Amino acid sequence: MNFNLSEEQNMLKDSVTRFVQDEYDFESRRANAASDLGFNPKNWQTFADLGWLSIPFDEAHGGFGGGATDVMAVMEEMGKGLVVEPFIATVLMFGGLLNKSGNAALQDANIEKVIDGSLQGAFAYLERQSRFELADVKTTAKADGNDFLLNGEKTVVSNGAAANKVVVSARTSGGQCDEAGITLFLIDTDAAGVERTSYRLMDGQLVANIKLTDVRVAADQVLGDVDNGYSIIEAVVADVTIALCAEALGIMQKLTTTTIEYTKTRQQFGVAISSFQALQHRMVDMFMAGEQAKSILYRAVCAAESGADDLAKNIAALKVMTGRNGKLIGDEAIQLHGGMGLTDELDVGHYVKRLMMINTTFGDADFQQKKFNQLSHT
Amino acid sequence: MNITFSAEELAFRDEVRAFLSENWTEDLATRIRGLDDEFKAAQIEWQNKLNDKGWLAPGWPVEQGGVDWSVTENFIFETERSLAGAPDVVPFGLKMVAPVIYGFGSDEQKKRFLPRILKSEDWWCQGYSEPGAGSDLAALKTKAELDGDDYIVNGAKVWTTYAQYSDWIFCLVRTDSSGKRQDGITFLLIDMKSPGITVNKISSIDDHHSLNEVVFEDVRVPVANRIGEQDKGWTYAKALLAHERTSIAAVADSKRRLRELRKLLAQEVSGGRPLSEDTQFQNRLSNTEIELMALEFTELRVLASTADGKGPGVESSLLKIKGTEIQQAIQQMYMDLAGYYSGVIHGEETAETIGHAFGHDARQAYMYGRAATIYGGSNEVQKNITAKYVLGL
Ligand SMILES: Cc1cc2nc3c(=O)[nH]c(=O)nc-3n(C[C@H](O)[C@H](O)[C@H](O)COP(=O)(O)OP(=O)(O)OC[C@H]3O[C@@H](n4cnc5c(N)ncnc54)[C@H](O)[C@@H]3O)c2cc1C
Repeated sequence: MNFNLSEEQNMLKDSVTRFVQDEYDFESRRANAASDLGFNPKNWQTFADLGWLSIPFDEAHGGFGGGATDVMAVMEEMGKGLVVEPFIATVLMFGGLLNKSGNAALQDANIEKVIDGSLQGAFAYLERQSRFELADVKTTAKADGNDFLLNGEKTVVSNGAAANKVVVSARTSGGQCDEAGITLFLIDTDAAGVERTSYRLMDGQLVANIKLTDVRVAADQVLGDVDNGYSIIEAVVADVTIALCAEALGIMQKLTTTTIEYTKTRQQFGVAISSFQALQHRMVDMFMAGEQAKSILYRAVCAAESGADDLAKNIAALKVMTGRNGKLIGDEAIQLHGGMGLTDELDVGHYVKRLMMINTTFGDADFQQKKFNQLSHT
Repeated sequence: MNITFSAEELAFRDEVRAFLSENWTEDLATRIRGLDDEFKAAQIEWQNKLNDKGWLAPGWPVEQGGVDWSVTENFIFETERSLAGAPDVVPFGLKMVAPVIYGFGSDEQKKRFLPRILKSEDWWCQGYSEPGAGSDLAALKTKAELDGDDYIVNGAKVWTTYAQYSDWIFCLVRTDSSGKRQDGITFLLIDMKSPGITVNKISSIDDHHSLNEVVFEDVRVPVANRIGEQDKGWTYAKALLAHERTSIAAVADSKRRLRELRKLLAQEVSGGRPLSEDTQFQNRLSNTEIELMALEFTELRVLASTADGKGPGVESSLLKIKGTEIQQAIQQMYMDLAGYYSGVIHGEETAETIGHAFGHDARQAYMYGRAATIYGGSNEVQKNITAKYVLGL
């Protein structure tokens, strides 16, 4: 048993910590998020140069061959910096789908470009009605000769505005919410019939709705097998959930230390407000919530690294706790800052908003709790 | 014990309903949700309609243009107003400074200020908090020094809601720092157009401009604008705070928000089924509604005990704590209902192009709603008050 990072993992983590310290003060972060792309391309190149974009890919494709632990180490630090560059969307989601697609030609054609930073990707899985159900897919793909024709609308696509290529889930058979009958297609965002509407989310992300009208996709652009895309989605979402929760952990730690520091300096009634026991207990609650979130994250990472049978249950538990504890910590951070907590100039509100979006992504705590129930009673 | 309405009260309720259906129009509702000047103009239009009916100023002395409603009538009006979705009046003039003016001001001040407040000709803001004086309000440092017939005011107020719209600000200022801190505070009415006042915008996490910093540099304020005696301002201000707490509870507004939430729940789907079939969501909604049902009666109990003319007492802390907790629980449910769309920010794109109706509003309400447990005396401070004065600890 060992909960320490390897030397290599520590170096990786340190390089992200240094990047955040040197390049990611709050004003830079704000400017990066507000830019046209929703992130800073210069930073993206830095990520490529430092090798971060290669983390989840096989050595055969020029990758680092990293696992859940490596991803966790990186994401926790990115969380502390509130990094907006689309590492999750392009590398972990889009890249993860390619990894699990089993399609060597698509991997050869695309992974290298992700690694060198020239290709931005996204995964378009949501639709207006789908809420948190990954299998609720109305977008259709109809065979037409050697091609497929895609029709429908995908919504709130993370990095959808900047992506050059997008993986789209579409229905090739089955009913609206069936897991069977979903197929994954790789499309170019400048293909005929693709129309994007981009807008911002409260955590600074630039996302897009992507409307597909008779978009022609060749059969060799299918990830995995026709009708069998769902298992790939599930596996990638499990990996990315760990990454998101590691990011959330970084945020929770940052909010807790920021709040403790603030209450030590803020004077009211002639004393630092940290001297009030009512507030001390609240900060102890924040601390404990963060520690529990860390433990359940480690648990999920261990399950992922060992390919444990109960991985799905661990992931659901992780997401429930990250959502709930993140809410507690975010609420308290604002409350204990008083009026200051309401200001946009202070970073606290921005960390809280990212925590809220992480809670929502792939299903909020309530949704994941239902999943946990199902997994526990079968 | 009963809360059955009498025939007169039922008739009053019908009258309120008729008034609302005639005057609280779709068009007005749209404009009042607008920004800046559009919001201000629409809010004034709404307050003028209430004033024409004589219903703008419950609690004010009738001879000053107030309306003398019983506790029940007040309750009926507030309930019907909220259920219709009509906003409360902007409180700073009508509910905050006016009671101080008619309670402690001179006849000259009453004549000068009250009619203009009633006609919404003057828009007021509240200058209490300072960078160093929040929960510990008595630590305020903004200084006023006598110079002939004027005070000269120097310092800064912060978190001043709607200062950008305001014609006047009512301020607590320090006139003496030799004795007990509460004893050297004076209550001044200051014209926002006075030379030396600067208003700086504070951007807030809800992306809606309400907060400001107001800086005073050698601002001359006539002694005639002082309420009551010098150094006695704390007493006048304190009388107000309990009222503020009671209205922050916003029980009737929470009722409407819950009702609308139940409707939305039936419209949003998950896995092809309406979310109203989701027992987990139902449980959350019901738990909050049960708390609110109790709080509605707590409020009535508090109000009933004030019927004999006394202001609301220490129980108002309980009302404020529970009321704001319920508001935040409701805001959270709107966010959770909106799911991914809870993060949406409308800019060039609107609800229509993005494809979701209420996510943007839910986010703004949620983010601003964080403040309800902070202002009006934070919930922690309310618990301190309850522990000390109610429980005698
Ligand atoms: C949206 C908004 C609008 C506002 N509008 C106005 C306005 O129009 N005019 C105006 O004058 N003011 C306004 N305020 C200011 C408001 O009254 C203050 O924010 C409030 O009094 C708290 O003070 P503070 O922000 O300095 O927080 P602090 O007093 O610094 O409090 C920080 C934290 O410490 C806690 N705390 C403080 N003392 C104690 C204690 N003894 N025991 C336990 N916990 C304690 C608080 O509860 C809080 O959680 C507004 C504030 C907000 C957020």
